[in-house]
Amino acid sequence: MDDPTLADALAHDLDAAFEPLVRAHAGRCFAIALRVLGDPRDAEEVAQDALVRAYRALAGYESARIRDLRLRPWLATIVVNLCRNRIRRGRAPTTPLDGLAEVGREPAAPTEHGPVAVAERAAEREQLAALLATLPERYRVPVVLRHVDDLSYAELAEVLGRPEGTLKAQVHRGIAMLRAAAAEAEPEEVMA
Amino acid sequence: MTVNGMLEAAAADLAPGLLGGLAVRAPRGLVDEILVEVGLADRIAPLASAIGTLSAIGTLWVAWNGRGLASVGLGEDGPTAAAEHEARTGRRTLLADALPPELASAVSRRLAGDRHAPIELDLRGRTPFEVAVWRKALEIPFGEVRPYGWVAAEIGSPKAVRAVGTALGHNPVPLVVPCHRVVRTDGSIGNYSLGGPRNKRAILAAEGVDPEALEDAAHRGERLVGSDTTHIVCWPTCRHARRVTPQHRVSFRSLREAGARGYRPCKVCRPVAISTAA
Repeated sequence: MDDPTLADALAHDLDAAFEPLVRAHAGRCFAIALRVLGDPRDAEEVAQDALVRAYRALAGYESARIRDLRLRPWLATIVVNLCRNRIRRGRAPTTPLDGLAEVGREPAAPTEHGPVAVAERAAEREQLAALLATLPERYRVPVVLRHVDDLSYAELAEVLGRPEGTLKAQVHRGIAMLRAAAAEAEPEEVMA
Repeated sequence: MTVNGMLEAAAADLAPGLLGGLAVRAPRGLVDEILVEVGLADRIAPLASAIGTLSAIGTLWVAWNGRGLASVGLGEDGPTAAAEHEARTGRRTLLADALPPELASAVSRRLAGDRHAPIELDLRGRTPFEVAVWRKALEIPFGEVRPYGWVAAEIGSPKAVRAVGTALGHNPVPLVVPCHRVVRTDGSIGNYSLGGPRNKRAILAAEGVDPEALEDAAHRGERLVGSDTTHIVCWPTCRHARRVTPQHRVSFRSLREAGARGYRPCKVCRPVAISTAA
């Protein structure tokens, strides 16, 4: 079910359509939270809290309002706000590599299936995730939304309330910082 | 593709989602957790700490979701209990090992007689009349009973005695809402949704009520009990009635009879005149 159809279904019968919404979006809510916060347990709590809040919000909305919702950015907004609240509450994001290796065990879009390829991808994911966790929040959040969650810049602007131009600059800056950090970690790869 | 390769492509913004390898599936159980929290699925578990005497009536299965407690029932085993709850509610019901600790402790306290143990109930789809009946049943103290007609009068529908009986029969959370403390107006114990009248007797006995003695007295015509020193009249199991010593204890067949002899109704148990038979 695509999002407009889902929004229609939610407007028509929230209780019947909410499970399909959760099944379609819980994974990406979790992924956003995991890559912003770094901790799988925190991310799971945030993803759960976000969708529960979404349900309660939907229960109070007029059906016309639900039908007009753009579900992807709307849910991302809830997740990002909850992540920020957690960060503000003073718990610095941590990146336990064990946890990341564990939750990252299922690649989203595997192209190769050999054990070596799988292991390499897992190692790369870990490395990327660790790098991402070092980015300042201002860059990390837009990078995650753009490149992990695949939101468009228009959707990013909706979620973060910043102009598209600013967000493009922040994403590019974030990626540049990641590249610099990666180069520092593995100088020989840069030479290749 | 190497980490640098991915980052380079991301930098060019040519193929968004190149860090998509960092997208992960939701952890197992997350979807269920969310659905339970909003009340679109339930969990069910055996109540481990059912107080001693109650274990005689069988294993109690308690179902709940994020809105509150959804049902209490007897069941042979988990799958049967879950299937029955699912059939009754239409909600997917997941078997759990145990209740969340807070809920377990609140339910145990409630069963042990603490009426103020905080327990949210999921009462979606119930009528306001049913809810009013169950709320009223909750006011009956541990170890005491009241007739159906009293509940009807107290909720402002004195004629709806039969409907009160039906509502109590539909109580989804027996023991937690103590419908077993409501008995027939003629003094007999009456029906019980949690496994029939025999269980109702066992539960009342566990609370210190002697159902046989109560029925015998009712059979002799005793509906109310008064004290000839205070001239106050009570339901026979009211704690004030039970304090009356045998030499001062007076039986009445009706509130009218007590009134005619100058007795005032107790302000705690609030006896009422019940005309309709239940």
